[in-house]
This record gives sequence, C-alpha cells and structure tokens, in this order.
Amino acid sequence: MIYQIPYIAVVALILIGLYAIIFRRNLIKMVIGITLIESGVNLFLITLAFQKDSTAPIYHGSETGLTMSLPVPHALTLTSIVIGVAVTALMLTLVIHIYKHYQTLDARKIGMEGDEE
Amino acid sequence: MNGELDLIAEMLKHSPALIVAIPLLGAFLTPLIGKINDKIRNAFAVFIVALTSFFVFLLANDILSNGSIHTYVFGGGPALTEGGFAVRILFEVDGMNAFMAIIASILALAGVIYSWAFMKENTGLDKYYTLILLMIAGMFGMILTGDMFNFFVFLEIASISACALIAFRTNQGKAVDAGFKYIVISAIGALLILFAIALLYSQYNALNMAVLAREIQLTFLDKIALALLIAGLAMKAGIVPMHMWLPDAYGRAPASVTILLVGATQASLYGALRMTSTLYGKNIIAVLKHVDFDLFGQSVVFDITLNGVLGFIILLLAILTIFIGVLMALKETNFKRMIAFAAIAEIGYMILAIGSAFLAVASIDTVTSSAILSQPGYMALKGGIFHILNDALDIGLLFLVAGAIYYATKETSLNKLGGLARNMKYTTIFFLIGLFAVAGMPPLNGFASKILIYESTYQVNPILSIIAILCSILLLAVFVKVFHSAFLGPKQEKFDNVKEAPKSMLIAMGIIACLIIFIGLFPEYVLNNIVTPAADALVNFGNYIHEVDSNYVISLIGGF
Repeated sequence: MIYQIPYIAVVALILIGLYAIIFRRNLIKMVIGITLIESGVNLFLITLAFQKDSTAPIYHGSETGLTMSLPVPHALTLTSIVIGVAVTALMLTLVIHIYKHYQTLDARKIGMEGDEE
Repeated sequence: MNGELDLIAEMLKHSPALIVAIPLLGAFLTPLIGKINDKIRNAFAVFIVALTSFFVFLLANDILSNGSIHTYVFGGGPALTEGGFAVRILFEVDGMNAFMAIIASILALAGVIYSWAFMKENTGLDKYYTLILLMIAGMFGMILTGDMFNFFVFLEIASISACALIAFRTNQGKAVDAGFKYIVISAIGALLILFAIALLYSQYNALNMAVLAREIQLTFLDKIALALLIAGLAMKAGIVPMHMWLPDAYGRAPASVTILLVGATQASLYGALRMTSTLYGKNIIAVLKHVDFDLFGQSVVFDITLNGVLGFIILLLAILTIFIGVLMALKETNFKRMIAFAAIAEIGYMILAIGSAFLAVASIDTVTSSAILSQPGYMALKGGIFHILNDALDIGLLFLVAGAIYYATKETSLNKLGGLARNMKYTTIFFLIGLFAVAGMPPLNGFASKILIYESTYQVNPILSIIAILCSILLLAVFVKVFHSAFLGPKQEKFDNVKEAPKSMLIAMGIIACLIIFIGLFPEYVLNNIVTPAADALVNFGNYIHEVDSNYVISLIGGF
C-alpha cells in the first residue's frame, strides 16, 4: 500500500491542476494549475525510477549486488523541470503584460474589446 | 572527383543532425550579428534557413528516390547497445519525415524572406529572428526525431518560441491574450504527451519509437497512453474541441509568424500520425471487444477493433472540425481570423482522409509488417498526406496576402477594406490563386488532393464526401465574399496612397504561388515522387522498426 501512495498523489495533482485550469478564472491560478500538472507528471517519472531499497545509481567501485533506481527517468525529470521553468516564466511574463493592458486578471474580462484597432 | 562524392555522402550522412543544428546555432548567433547591421542580420537569417532547406532537399531527395531510411545516432555507434538496450537518442528519417521536412522548409523559407520587409517597422528584431530560428529548429526536431522524449523536448521548444512570437506585439492586448491562450493549451498538451511517454516507458523501458513499436502489447496502460497522445497532439493541431486557441493565435501573430505556426501545427499532426500508425501499427487491428448479443431473435456478432474505434472517433472529429471551421469563417469579419477558421476546416479535411484510411485497414501482413489497406483506404491516406502539403501552401499564401494588406493599409476588418485591387495588383493575383486553391478549384493544387479525398471517402461512406464537397463550396463562398469586399468595390479615398507590398513580401508570396500552380498542373508527378513514398512509409511500419533493430524480420518492400 505504501508504494501506491505516490501514484495516488500523481493522479490527485493532475486532477487538481486540471480543475484549476478549467474552472478558475484568475490567470495566476491557471498558471498554478499548469505547474501542478507538471509536478504530477514529474512525480510520476520519479516514482517509475524507484525500486524498493534502491540507492542512487552511482558506482563507487566496490559494491556488488546493489539495487539501484533507474537513472533515465531522473534525466527525463530534470529536462522536464527545466522546460517547465521556462514555460512558467513565459506564462507569468504574459500575465504581467495582460495585467498592464486590462488592469485585471479575470479571464472573462480579457480580450473582449471590439475588433477595431 | 572521388573527394567530391565523399563530401556529398558525408553531408548526406550528417544532414539529419545538421537540419536541426544549423538553425539552433544560427538562432543564438543572430543577436551577435545584429550588432553589426540590420541588413546583414536579415540576410544571415535567410542564409541560415536556406542552408537548412538545402540539407532538407539533399536528404529528402535521397530518401524519396531510393526509398531508404536514414538513421542518425547521436554519439555514433549502432542504434541499440550490446544486449539490445535502446538508450541512445537518434533521428530516424523515412519518407513521411522527409515529406514533412520539405513542407516545413518551404514555409520557413517563405516566412523568413517575408519578414525582411514585413517586420521592418518593429523594434526588437534581434529577438524576433532568434525566436523564429528557434521555432524552425523545434519544428524540424519534432519532424525528424525517432525518440519519444526528444519529440516532447522539441515540441516544447517550438511552442515556447511560437508563444513568444504570437505575443510579439506586446503593445496589443489581444496579441498577448492570444499568446497566453496558446501557451496554456500547448503546455497542457505537452504534459499529457509526457505523461503518455512515462506510461510507455514504465512498461517497455524504452523511449525509442522503433523499439516501442516493436514491443508494444496494447495493454490497458497502452490504451490510456494512446488516448493521451492523441488528445495532446490534437490540442496542438487545433482539432475541434480544442480549436479555440487557433483563430486567436493565427489571427494576432504577425503574418510571417503565422505561416510558421501553420508548419508547427502540421508537425503536431504528423506526430499524431506517427504515433497511431507506427507506434501502435502492430496492434492497429487488435480486437478491443467482442460483441455478441441477441437482437429480435437474430444473433449479432461483430468485433470492435482499434482501427475501427480510432477511425470512427477521427471521422467524427473531422466532420465537426470542417463544419465549425467553415461556419465560423462565414460570420467572421476580421480578415486573418477568417483565414484561421478556414485553416481549421482544412485540418478537418486531412483528418477526414486519415480517419477513412484507418477504417479501411483490413489486416496486418505478419511477414512484412505492413498494414494492408483496401484500395480506397490507400487512396484516402495519400489524399490526406497530399492535402497536408497543399493546405500548408494555400493557407500560408492567404495569410501572407492578409499580412501584405495589413502592412499596406493597417486595417484588418473586412468591413473597412475595399477597392484594393487598383493599387495592389500582384497581391490581388496572389489572393485569387490562394482563394481558388483553398476552395479546391481545378487546376490548382487544392483540387488535386481534394478530389482524392472525395473519391476515397465516397467509397467509405457517401455522406462523408457530400459533407466535404458542401463545405468546400461554402469555403469558396467565404473567400469570394472576402475578395469582393477587400479587393473590388468602389475606390476609397483613404486607400488612395496605398502602395503595392515591398519586394521581399512579393518574392515570398511568389514562391508559394508558383509551387501552388506547379502542383496544380503536375499533381501526378508530385503524387508519385513525394506523396506515395510518404504514404508507403506509414503503411510499411515494419521498415521503420527494421532500420533500428535489424533482427526484426521483414522483407524490404511491402506489396500493394
């Protein structure tokens, strides 16, 4: 059971993130929703790498018969975290610009002005 | 002589990597070169894209004429390590990849040449060209890669730079809003794809597409992964329930960016095709559920297969996409948004054909690992793939024309335009070409692929082709209305001083218009030399696997 908890957490994070994106109207909360989904997916990748009693996948030279966690998902997670930071930063920049234009973060009130420019 | 041949062979060998590496390096050199002179920087960007296109055509020529598959393993060595571990990142280019790369390079070239004059009045152009080249690198990466995680990374590179470009005119609130919508949709889509990749990795310990295609068993988790992959890529491709970002993004981005966005959208569509037909190719006819029940005393027995379900869902989405795209285009008054809705409808045509092809998969040849399609199914597949090329050119040309009109008049609303044909005669001609091509009028290229789609979908289900033809006519009506209100009509005083678009924009539009006419006049040539190898590459997915794992037994050419 204890080993199932991370998976439950993954599903919970992703669902909470989706809820925030779909039902929340505040742009910052939508950004938070996306970071939540991202954390959920990252947690899933990390969980895949883990095996019971495993150690970090680093050889010191003398050990034998160690169980090691898989290194590939760790590499994937690192990459995905870096990409996530870029996406989040970009989204927040856009939110700042939107706030400057509309003086609001309510998604319903944005981009509603007439089509004439 | 021998030395020369070696050089070509070496270039050919390394071209898959160079196609991504050149724009990537060029992107970060651009700001440095921008310090010298604006003109040199623009020329440098065009040069970088032209060089990339040269490698694309070199590679595509070899692949399409010889039917070979190129793999490029980063770090050298064979694709699989000793013991068959698929840990190396590789690019794998077959007919389909080469076909998509050609489209991407045409769009990129036109976009960059067009930018020269179109973006002249904007500031921050060093960043603009950096982002454009980054986006091109991301697009090519998505198209060429043979590794799932690599695909995700390039997808994110393309969508991050695309988002920054959509919101490039930050002084317009709507552009920023469109950029935000785009990044939200593409971030969610990309995360769904990453989740699917993790699900696949957890079962098969591989990220390599070919190895995954060899191993895949269609377990319960695989089905979830397939659904996530399709949902994520459909979001990026603008298929109907997830289309709302597309008119905003296409409509608000500068026209030179929009034409690249068309390419990025189609790269996502390619991704969906590759995932369904290669990754799940082996299981495409797997029986999901055996139905056996009694109906009024008669026993009904049939199997629900994966290709049936996929085909049905795709066709449903396709019809919705076509309908909503066309109907929204009818009532839209903003020029670029209207073209964007037409672009949605055109995507609908592609997936209509692809859905019909999935329905028509009859069996899998176990010896050669190729999908045996019925004759209309194969024709539909070719029509769908052909339409990817035609749509990119037609919609791209229309967006460039809309950009030229915006450049000349600073006006986007159709209600305020009029009488432009007097002052902008070349632009008018290009618009007419784009108009007839999009509406599928002979003798332009849209007709060539649409007739294939009509014919083949008619044999799958006549209703499909009736809807397709009807919507095509509506599209014609939409654009004739545009033509009338923007180009014809009485002379308007405020447009008296409007000049023809600058040369670089005319060149970019001219390149695409020439291609449209060429494909329209010689559809057979393009069909046989470019489209058929691409369709065959999708059908004979065994070759794709064999190229990475030579123990995988197939004969080299599947039969039709």
